[in-house]
Amino acid sequence: MNRINKALAQDKKLISIYFTAGYPKLKDTTEVIKRLAKAGTDVIEIGLPYSDPLADGPVIQRSSEQALTNGMSTKVLFEQLQGIREEVNIALIVMGYFNAMLQFGVENFCKECQAIGIDGIIMPDLPIDIYERDYKSIFENHNLKFIPLITPETSATRIKTIDALGDSFVYMVSSSSTTGGEKGFGEEAMSYFKRISDLNLKNKLMVGFGIKDAISFEQASKYTSGCIIGSEFIRRLTKEGLDGIDPFIKSLKSS
Amino acid sequence: MNKYKVDEHGFYGDFGGAYIPELLYPNVEELKHNYKQIIATEEFQKQFKHLLKDYVGRPTPLYLAENLSAKYKTKIYLKREDLCHTGAHKINNTIGQILLAKALGKHRIIAETGAGQHGVATATVCALMGLECIVYMGAVDIERQAPNVARMKMLGAEVVPATSGSRTLKDATNEAIRDWINHPKDTHYIIGSVVGPHPYPDMVTELQSVISKEVKSQLLEKEGRELPDYVIACVGGGSNAAGLFADFMDHEDVGIIGVEASGKGVHTSESAATTILGKEGIIHGSKTLLMQNTDGQITEPYSISAGLDYPGIGPLHAHLFKTGRGKFVSITDQEAMEAGLELSRMEGIIPAIETAHAFAIFKYLNFDEDDVLVFNCSGRGDKDLETYRKYFGY
Repeated sequence: MNRINKALAQDKKLISIYFTAGYPKLKDTTEVIKRLAKAGTDVIEIGLPYSDPLADGPVIQRSSEQALTNGMSTKVLFEQLQGIREEVNIALIVMGYFNAMLQFGVENFCKECQAIGIDGIIMPDLPIDIYERDYKSIFENHNLKFIPLITPETSATRIKTIDALGDSFVYMVSSSSTTGGEKGFGEEAMSYFKRISDLNLKNKLMVGFGIKDAISFEQASKYTSGCIIGSEFIRRLTKEGLDGIDPFIKSLKSS
Repeated sequence: MNKYKVDEHGFYGDFGGAYIPELLYPNVEELKHNYKQIIATEEFQKQFKHLLKDYVGRPTPLYLAENLSAKYKTKIYLKREDLCHTGAHKINNTIGQILLAKALGKHRIIAETGAGQHGVATATVCALMGLECIVYMGAVDIERQAPNVARMKMLGAEVVPATSGSRTLKDATNEAIRDWINHPKDTHYIIGSVVGPHPYPDMVTELQSVISKEVKSQLLEKEGRELPDYVIACVGGGSNAAGLFADFMDHEDVGIIGVEASGKGVHTSESAATTILGKEGIIHGSKTLLMQNTDGQITEPYSISAGLDYPGIGPLHAHLFKTGRGKFVSITDQEAMEAGLELSRMEGIIPAIETAHAFAIFKYLNFDEDDVLVFNCSGRGDKDLETYRKYFGY
């Protein structure tokens, strides 16, 4: 069974962390992964930095710029991840923008991911219709889960279409915003989480955008399988360095 | 017919589409489902035509440039878009899109701008319609283009600096797209060129096609025929070119010439000649030719004209290029500046530096004496006086 589905099958709220590969230092990628895994993270999203990250807010934009300046690239990332499976057994997802994948070659990209032991891919700007038409079979042939996104604005009909495309989890964007927003979760967000949960989709649900501490984690995972934290984690990493990883993950579990 | 029209999936051949995050899907979908029928309504057409006539000053003249024609031994017409209100063709699009935004019930308008021309054209129509206007502009461009920043502010727009990436047009576009993601319900994004996700390239082409429609009837009057032998325009993103080419693309005997900026030369690292230096990829939600490194990271273009230094070209132009329907020529800073000076001296028309690029093609292309050429004289040079002044030492 794919490690993502194995994680989702557990009776617990999953912690998923996004970080930018090659940040803060080029060679930090594998160390961040190892420390996250050791601290009890369930799923890691390895961000392949991009020059024009449309769906990301300022925190991830800055970490991406820094990582690119550090020399991160698709090729370097795949080199760094060689042998990662000898040390880490939790689910690993690569998250990036589609142009990087396109230039590397979609088939080659998937082949590299499979060889390394990557479990899934999140490409926010690869729309579902183009995925289904051109790339679905390639992803599936390499045992890679395609993680689609939904937002509060996504219609029920479209959610059904999206649900049919994947078989692991749907990335539920907490509000209509780029990453790193400050808003806490009010009634509107909570009722959105519940509304989607009540649809009983075949995919599990993970909530991302706007989660930053134990309280927002608890709120967002109440009706779902867990949460994805990106901007807040990068913020901590920037401020506290690698030693901040363990206490941050533990703080999320303290609720 | 319609070989160069967008298909039902939003593609021009291999190019176009809507490579957008799901977060943008509702916004783009709303537009996609409504733009054609709104534009086709009598109400829209009536207002659009009225504003283009009485506010913008259309039809713009089709002027036979006799001195230039004599020098290059061919017949040269200029489509005088530089005489439009706000000084360029950009306003044709913003007038159309503001009417569309109103029909969709949007009350907040966002736009990106490079040199500030599209920002000014957007701020102008927002002032006219009493709508809130936010213009994203690269922090670097804000410094370089102070007069246009002042114009936008005077027109009541808020100018927001884009401080990410290279802090220029592509980053301003990213910021505008992010703003739209964060305001999915009340906001319309007025893109200034034939770029971005479907339906923008088609919609902006449609709104700018008034240029080619006028050329046809004006040419009929002057030459006794609707079709010229060549249509020629500069291409950054490509909106003035798309507007001039629109009704001629399906007439294979009309030659189409797009003129790109090669900056300091295509063999230097400072260029914006996308058809030469670009590769297929995705930028701002569209599959097209764009300048990028081998890793797919978008690189920063350069041109002396701020309106041509976009790292991609509209998907329609990528299609015209790939199919061979359009011929693309690239012109250096120096060639463009000299052509701008020549047009000023010979015809008494100081063109925008973007526009000046088109007039430099005579160095590379020969025409017959009885050929009829129509150039899009897309913008006037007022905004570029400082650059001209420094360059020529006036």
